[in-house]
Amino acid sequence: MSKASVSKKHLGNALYYVFLIPVAIIMILPFYWSLITSFKYNEDIFAIPIIWIPNRITLQHYIDAFTTVPYTRYFANSFYLATMGVISNLFFGSLGGYAFAKLRFKGKNFIFRVLLSSFMVPGIVTMIPQFLVLKNFPLAGGNDILGRGGIGLLNSYWAIILPGAAGAYAVFFMRQFYLTLPTELAEASRIEGAGEFRIFWSIYMPLTKPALAALAIFTFQAGWNNFLWPMIVLNDPQKATIQMGLQAFSYNRNTEYGAMMAGSLIAIIPMLVLFVFAQKYFVKGIAFSGIKV
Amino acid sequence: MLLTYATAHADKRTKAGKSHKLGYYQAIMGYLFIAPSVVLFIIFTGIPIINAFYLSFTNYDVLSTAEWVGLRNYKKLLGDETFLTSLKNILFYVAMYVPLMIICSLVIALALNRKLPGTNLFRTVYYIPGLTSSIAASTVWMWILNPEYGLLNQILSYVGIVGPAWLANTSTAMISIVMVTLWQGIGGNMVIYLAGLQGIPNILYESAKLDGANKWQLFFYITLPGLRPTTFFIFIMSMIGSFQLFDQAFAMTQGGPGYATTTPVYLIYNEGFNQLNMGYASAMAFVLFVIILAFSFLNFRLNSSEQEG
Repeated sequence: MSKASVSKKHLGNALYYVFLIPVAIIMILPFYWSLITSFKYNEDIFAIPIIWIPNRITLQHYIDAFTTVPYTRYFANSFYLATMGVISNLFFGSLGGYAFAKLRFKGKNFIFRVLLSSFMVPGIVTMIPQFLVLKNFPLAGGNDILGRGGIGLLNSYWAIILPGAAGAYAVFFMRQFYLTLPTELAEASRIEGAGEFRIFWSIYMPLTKPALAALAIFTFQAGWNNFLWPMIVLNDPQKATIQMGLQAFSYNRNTEYGAMMAGSLIAIIPMLVLFVFAQKYFVKGIAFSGIKV
Repeated sequence: MLLTYATAHADKRTKAGKSHKLGYYQAIMGYLFIAPSVVLFIIFTGIPIINAFYLSFTNYDVLSTAEWVGLRNYKKLLGDETFLTSLKNILFYVAMYVPLMIICSLVIALALNRKLPGTNLFRTVYYIPGLTSSIAASTVWMWILNPEYGLLNQILSYVGIVGPAWLANTSTAMISIVMVTLWQGIGGNMVIYLAGLQGIPNILYESAKLDGANKWQLFFYITLPGLRPTTFFIFIMSMIGSFQLFDQAFAMTQGGPGYATTTPVYLIYNEGFNQLNMGYASAMAFVLFVIILAFSFLNFRLNSSEQEG
């Protein structure tokens, strides 16, 4: 390699970092900024110029966030809802995905296509009628058998868990993974007389652990960050989710930036922790969903 | 050895009668397996879609029974200034957000597709904003965009620029929302682009290089066409998502100042669940649906005609 081309290569690499480092700073600076704000005293928060490295810190904003609103309760509520979403989607998504990929029955492709076409329907179209389905759910929340008289499933966690319990996305995602597994495994077990559920549960499902992990993370994140739908169907403050709590908090105290930042960070932390432990599954899940459609 | 041969033989003989029975059993199990997803789909997606269409022709308001009003809701929409403003707002947002999203995530993915020290660290850092919820991100950015003490205007003041009151100004409020959503969304799409780049066979590059192609030719004749399905996917998904912008407009600006960040979903939420005009709100939702559908269809047509050409 000539001297000129070596130095040209070095210049290229330098330019690469000149581009990437500022972008990285833009991405990470909001986190750092909210972190230091959440630990600063109020006088330091509103200091000009910015105090980049605070020389004294306080936990007061975190104490405020936890004592003025039932943040622990919201945290637990959201955790419960997101976890229920994960369990139901993994189970029903696997069941459906396996059947669409590995079992033979009439109308399979047609049903699958109908399910898939729901990706193209914006959530906003079904928002109001879905609310009415929940309100008129028979024999729930004071309703009679025709779904009249009470509030149905509204203001209960079922209103969030049930509509999302077997997302078309989960079925699609698992089906794509099952398609990559060999069919011979099932045929061998069928000859030995194993039932279909056992073949699915003890032979195929254990092979899909990476896909299940990716889907679990995907579903958990969607459940944890969900805002509009819980706000519509829940009106008991005791049942509020962390996103609802954070929104109300920052709306009511929109000048108390220390406490707002403390609250935001608390709402983000579970996702960050999950990311640290399962980074490769995050990336796998997203990349997979992008390519295979 | 002999035993396997014997059982295989025995299998063959009974197969004709057995496979019919087995196929029947398999089909029943198949229907059972998909039943939960299909039943929930019918109740919470299938019926609601049909019902949404029906509701948009009624004056349903939760308290009294629905009455058929024909096209009245749709006629009213044509003269509804607020709704027309919300459509203008969302078209502005989509026209800013979607192209910027595609360009930024593509450029970043191309840069990070090289194997240089630190690449993995950069990938992680760029992905992290995507973990935040829209409400947490909105809250943090409200503080970043604070006109006097916020991070952005203080940094701008270092270089002598007096930044605007981002969220209080009708001309910058929507741009602020574009910034927040870009910050949150780039990482995820970058990962999809990286996967797309990995899917382009290396042999294409090698043979083009042998033919003497330069870097730009490699990019325009191999990389970009190879990424077309990925770009199509990102375009459709971010378009459908961005037409339904709500969380940030609700949390950061409450649709204001004035109506500058009032989006169709914001209006549908307000009309349907605060005013309880569910019939009218359903008509709004359907108009938005048709607009999204038209854009998606246009994009499908463009994509397929490009592939033919």
